Amino acid sequence: MTLVGNLYFALCAAACLAGALVTVFSRNPIRSVLGLLLTVVSIAGLYLSLHAQFLAAIQLMVYAGAVVVLFLFVIILLGSDATDPGGPSKVPVVRFVGGGLMAFLFVAAGGLFSSSFLYNATAFRPAPAELGTVAGVGTQLFQRAIIPFELATALLIVAVVGAIAVARHRRTTPVVTEDDNETRRLFKGPVHPRDAGHSLAKESAR
Amino acid sequence: MNLLGHALEHYVALSAVLFAIGAIGFLVRRNLLIQLMCVELMLNAVNLSLVAFNRVHSSDGNGQAFAFFVIAIAAAEAAVGLSIALGFFRLRNSVHSDDADTLRH
Repeated sequence: MTLVGNLYFALCAAACLAGALVTVFSRNPIRSVLGLLLTVVSIAGLYLSLHAQFLAAIQLMVYAGAVVVLFLFVIILLGSDATDPGGPSKVPVVRFVGGGLMAFLFVAAGGLFSSSFLYNATAFRPAPAELGTVAGVGTQLFQRAIIPFELATALLIVAVVGAIAVARHRRTTPVVTEDDNETRRLFKGPVHPRDAGHSLAKESAR
Repeated sequence: MNLLGHALEHYVALSAVLFAIGAIGFLVRRNLLIQLMCVELMLNAVNLSLVAFNRVHSSDGNGQAFAFFVIAIAAAEAAVGLSIALGFFRLRNSVHSDDADTLRH
């Protein structure tokens, strides 16, 4: 049992990190999206081992089902323009900041990871049965967090309306619908082919 | 000594590494879409540590409820961010975030 759990964590963690690295370092955005998908699915697997079954299902539905597909649609819409033009950033300082941050956090994570083997680590005790089930999370959401829950629904509606308003294609130049035939412009109706050729101005001048 | 995956530290270390990768990607990559994906990676890392801490302090499901809200807000963020990226692409015909250097059209 513990060996299986051991292997399961190692597998999920390796898939998670591999997906994250593919997301960040791939030139092709489609590959990045597939790396993100791998990360999201393996994090759902880790939720399962943490007594969070409902959250694992939500993760698969919202992330793998909606967010990743949305990214994929946008990349398909943009086509080959979505690929990175390449070349380093115009702002060179971000690379040093990024490298420093990465080194710091990797050292911290390595220390934390190895300390769990040296000291008496924070082991998991048996959890209450309702932790992470639909009933448990639902009780939490609808009793203690009912106001944030309703605010989150409002936020989602505002975000959807805002996304549509931003993404809708607006015409910047008005379309020229003016008819240059003066006769047709005056009468606004079907004109006899005999009169369509010449304008009224000529007739009044005659 | 604890076996892998049966202690809080393993999950928190994984979450820290994942957050670091997301932060690095956000800083280093210049493609708007990939930067948005890196934001999603960071939010996922935070969620993982929230759920792991909730597993230790498991008298109530507060951490999982919090992770639920983070997922909802991440979905809203992805929708708005991607529509902004689309609008930027219409304007400049590029998804390179270095091209977003003016406050006007």
